[in-house]
Amino acid sequence: MPKIKLPTKSPHIDMTPMVDLFSVVLTFLMLTTTMRQQEPAPVDTPYSISEKPTPDFNTMTLLLSTDDRVFLNLDNGPDTLLKFRPKVLAEMGKRYNIEFTDGELREFEKYPASMGVPILKMKEFLAAKDAKEKSVFQTGIPIDSADNQLALWILFTRQVNPNVQACIKGDSKTGFPIVKKVLDILQDKNVNRFNLITSLEAAKINLEEIQK
Amino acid sequence: MAEIIQEEKEGGKKKAKKHAPHIDMTPMVDLMCLLITFFMLTTAFSKAKVMEIVLPEKIKDKNVDPPKISASRTLNIILGPDGKIFWYPGTVKAEDYNNLPPLQETDFSATGIRQMLLERNRALFKKIADFNDQVITGKISGLSQDSVQGAIRQLKKDDDTGPIVLVKAYKKANYGNFVDILDEMNICGIARYTFVDIAWYEEKMVETASGIASTVQAPTK
Repeated sequence: MPKIKLPTKSPHIDMTPMVDLFSVVLTFLMLTTTMRQQEPAPVDTPYSISEKPTPDFNTMTLLLSTDDRVFLNLDNGPDTLLKFRPKVLAEMGKRYNIEFTDGELREFEKYPASMGVPILKMKEFLAAKDAKEKSVFQTGIPIDSADNQLALWILFTRQVNPNVQACIKGDSKTGFPIVKKVLDILQDKNVNRFNLITSLEAAKINLEEIQK
Repeated sequence: MAEIIQEEKEGGKKKAKKHAPHIDMTPMVDLMCLLITFFMLTTAFSKAKVMEIVLPEKIKDKNVDPPKISASRTLNIILGPDGKIFWYPGTVKAEDYNNLPPLQETDFSATGIRQMLLERNRALFKKIADFNDQVITGKISGLSQDSVQGAIRQLKKDDDTGPIVLVKAYKKANYGNFVDILDEMNICGIARYTFVDIAWYEEKMVETASGIASTVQAPTK
């Protein structure tokens, strides 16, 4: 049987179109990307048919994890000069007689994810270097009636930014009592309109079936 | 590419020939692959959606009675444990706690709660569906998305046959059930629904229906 003679020269594959394509995809991804925020607790949002997108600004998002911890996330407002986050923290500090330095306020302004730190631990939390160290302090915002820090956070957030909208982001498996508690706290502070954050799911109803 | 090089040879452009036209692009491709993978994994493609809900204001003044609603149109839905749903029509008085009506049990499937709601809300649902049909087929045209929503809201407002749904949650329910039931309200086009606190006798009804040992007592006066 004759041997098939393999070409000895290494074949040159022209990679230019591939590089072109990659560049296009890369540019597209770089321009459209909104970084997925690393939440301190993993949350699987439930599904709904609602198609309203999450507002970009003026939100305070309450994150309810499955282990009944409550986290809060604020945004800095439509203009970064507004600096809502440090203002709220400063108000909280005043209430608890804690003086936050400029550096700490700046750190809080930049911190991208939800935070669930009791205010007395806030200084240590802001001083912690990386996410792993920070996560130790994320024990959830206290919500019991003796020391209801969540209510104060909500109060000061609304004072600093009156246009803020309450968003609730919960895991489908979060127990109802904690949800109820948080809703009660919000209602005590006269927040009656909520945005529940969900993922989109299509629902179809067969009309003929109903008309039968 | 190969042909172009061939042509160049024939054209006799010597400058182009001197430099080897083959640049090894492999490292560049590698890098790009990495970057693309990174961006693909970190990008949140679909933005999360929100579902709006407005809860009735809390009545802090004890002298003000909560608004009255007609009992014949009232439908109580109670979220039970393990994704079960219980419902009963009308009202139950706290005084009748020894003789509570049985609860109907259903679930989140299309033949469960959805069918039950649609049966009761058929008139309004048909109106909304007809309106949507007319918008899609172009019989009504020139409406913006907002005015379509507004028209549907008006239809819901004018409706006086559909049920008034009171959603309540037993303590073992979870947040997913809560969102699901509100979602069902939107799917079925229920005009009037709200979320209210569960009463102690309703907790008792749920416990009887699902065979859990009773944890609630009638409040002593």
